[in-house]
Amino acid sequence: MAQRASTASKKTTQVSTQVVKDLHERMVRIRLFETEAGKLMEAGKLPGFLHLYVGQEAVAAGVMAALRDDDQITSTHRGHGHAVAKGVGFRAMYAELYGRATGACLGRGGSMHINDLSRGMLGANGIVGAGVPIAVGAAFAARYKGEDSVAVSFFGDGATNIGAWHEGANMAAILGLPVIFVCENNGYAEFTPQSGHMLLTDVADRAAAYGMPSVIVDGMDAVAVHRAATEAVARARAGAGPMMIEAKTYRFFDHQGVKGLRHPYRSDEEVAEWKSRDPIDLIEARAVADGTATRAELDDVWRRTREEIADAIAYAEASPLPDPADLLLNVYSG
Amino acid sequence: MTTISEAPAVAPNAGARKLSYVKAFNEGLAQAMREDENVFVAGEDVAGYGGVFRMFDNLLDEFGPRRMIDTPISEAALVGLGVGAAARGLRPVVDLMFMDFIGVCLDQIVNQAAKMKYMFGGALSVPLTITTASGAGLGAAAQHSQSLEAWLAHVPGLKVVMPCDAYTAKGLTVSAIRDDNPVVVMLNKVLLGSVGEVPEEIYGIPLGQAHTARQGSDVTVIALGRMVGEALAAADELAAEGVEIEVIDPRTVQPLDTETMFASVRRTNRVLVVHEAVTFGGLGAEIAAQIQDEVFDYLDAPVLRIGAPFSPVPFSPVLEKAYVPDRARIAQGCRRLLERS
Repeated sequence: MAQRASTASKKTTQVSTQVVKDLHERMVRIRLFETEAGKLMEAGKLPGFLHLYVGQEAVAAGVMAALRDDDQITSTHRGHGHAVAKGVGFRAMYAELYGRATGACLGRGGSMHINDLSRGMLGANGIVGAGVPIAVGAAFAARYKGEDSVAVSFFGDGATNIGAWHEGANMAAILGLPVIFVCENNGYAEFTPQSGHMLLTDVADRAAAYGMPSVIVDGMDAVAVHRAATEAVARARAGAGPMMIEAKTYRFFDHQGVKGLRHPYRSDEEVAEWKSRDPIDLIEARAVADGTATRAELDDVWRRTREEIADAIAYAEASPLPDPADLLLNVYSG
Repeated sequence: MTTISEAPAVAPNAGARKLSYVKAFNEGLAQAMREDENVFVAGEDVAGYGGVFRMFDNLLDEFGPRRMIDTPISEAALVGLGVGAAARGLRPVVDLMFMDFIGVCLDQIVNQAAKMKYMFGGALSVPLTITTASGAGLGAAAQHSQSLEAWLAHVPGLKVVMPCDAYTAKGLTVSAIRDDNPVVVMLNKVLLGSVGEVPEEIYGIPLGQAHTARQGSDVTVIALGRMVGEALAAADELAAEGVEIEVIDPRTVQPLDTETMFASVRRTNRVLVVHEAVTFGGLGAEIAAQIQDEVFDYLDAPVLRIGAPFSPVPFSPVLEKAYVPDRARIAQGCRRLLERS
């Protein structure tokens, strides 16, 4: 029956030291990948669009730390964070942003289509809501083949107004498939605030319409997201069907690009308030306070990641461009 | 994984068993399901009811609810289910009942299924088959009668087949399921009960190869789907007048076998293209343009197109009959072409 689990508790018990470190590292990797990509875009080095994920790291990290490599995800046009957290390599990702032949999509996909099947990353998607039914299909395949993997569909608040979202949610529910619907509610559909595109306060209320349980979590708290995701994944893996998680979060940069935070559609005060709850600051403060990690250990994660990113950017810049003679490559199989 | 090149080339023999178009489709699908455990069928009323056109009769009995799935009326989620399952190595057959309903799920067909392999740098394939019933002639009116092959043939990554009889219904369906690309199988509603010779064994008809349904020296008629039968009927009528027309059935409209068409044009020097779909922006325009590009010097008259007028499909039988091209209009078109040289 439809039910709402109570808003996830803020307790951090039962989460191991190792999990906290894992969540932290995934978030740092996303943050640095994104901020460096933003700099490259500002420097005019990257073609196309760049939808940055900075601010929402706790969601990708919290969910992905609950998944295995063979669990599948479908992502959004703001997909870098999901890819990084799922374990997709920096080199293939930067090379794709540069449109190089060595990119994750051989330079055919760009920022909005990064995938890695070896990591269960079934692709970022340029069409809002379109990944939802595809995740349902991936979950169907897992059950058909007798595997216990699950599929996670990430989407924003705006995507829940799309028909494909509703069709996918109902299809997963009626077929009882192992799908976890993760709403990254950052309060805005592009530039339109939530109050301007739906009359609901909580997107999670939509799950009830499909007989699906849901939970609301603080999307700036990676541990809270992780706890909710772990429960939803265990439930789906055990055959109990789909569940929805709504993570209340925020994007620090603009809808597209990095031009700054002074935008008429949201106030400086609002942005500052959310930035004061930076998900990485939160987990670092807690880790240091409770002795999970020392400041030096945390700094070392940043240092190592910076080195890895510098290597990946150098790799991308040194990589060959695609050969225009191969323009028709992979239009068809065979 | 079976490929088209491995598919046996089986052709109907004189005295072979006869089967209806819809039963030929059903038999090919069942044989493809027996051949490959990864093939499953999902759609609205496909399992318990057997499909509104009886396309899926008896399949639930043999294959069970694991492989025959009744879904909600949710075309976008249905095609998306197929895309996701195909991306994970299954070979889904997804039924859209009436072709007109593709507007509801065109994103999943055009932006997801068709582009996934390309955008993912070739990392996967999408062996999805979409079956649907197209065409006018049943008084089903404007939202249940269209031939929208031109929409789909325009999208890189999709394949589109249009079986004209029972033999091709089975062979093209089997090839569609075996193919590693998304393929739309456009069954024709008027032809569902038509009977033809169909081999009992499983066989695939190569995608992208046209078939010369009748040889002739005076005019080439390139006919899509149900228009093949009308063209053959027109050929009989014209033969009585001493005119021999050649009838070419592309069978697959994407990819389109233009070489067979060009070779025919070099022999006959006159071309008529006929399809049920609206003439404006239809495949006749594409075929005419390609013929002009490649074999213009062989033409004794401009390429003629016959299709539907620029109108939704009407309901009233008298209007519908006037709307859809038939043998008389094809014969008349051939006569016009012969008068122009």
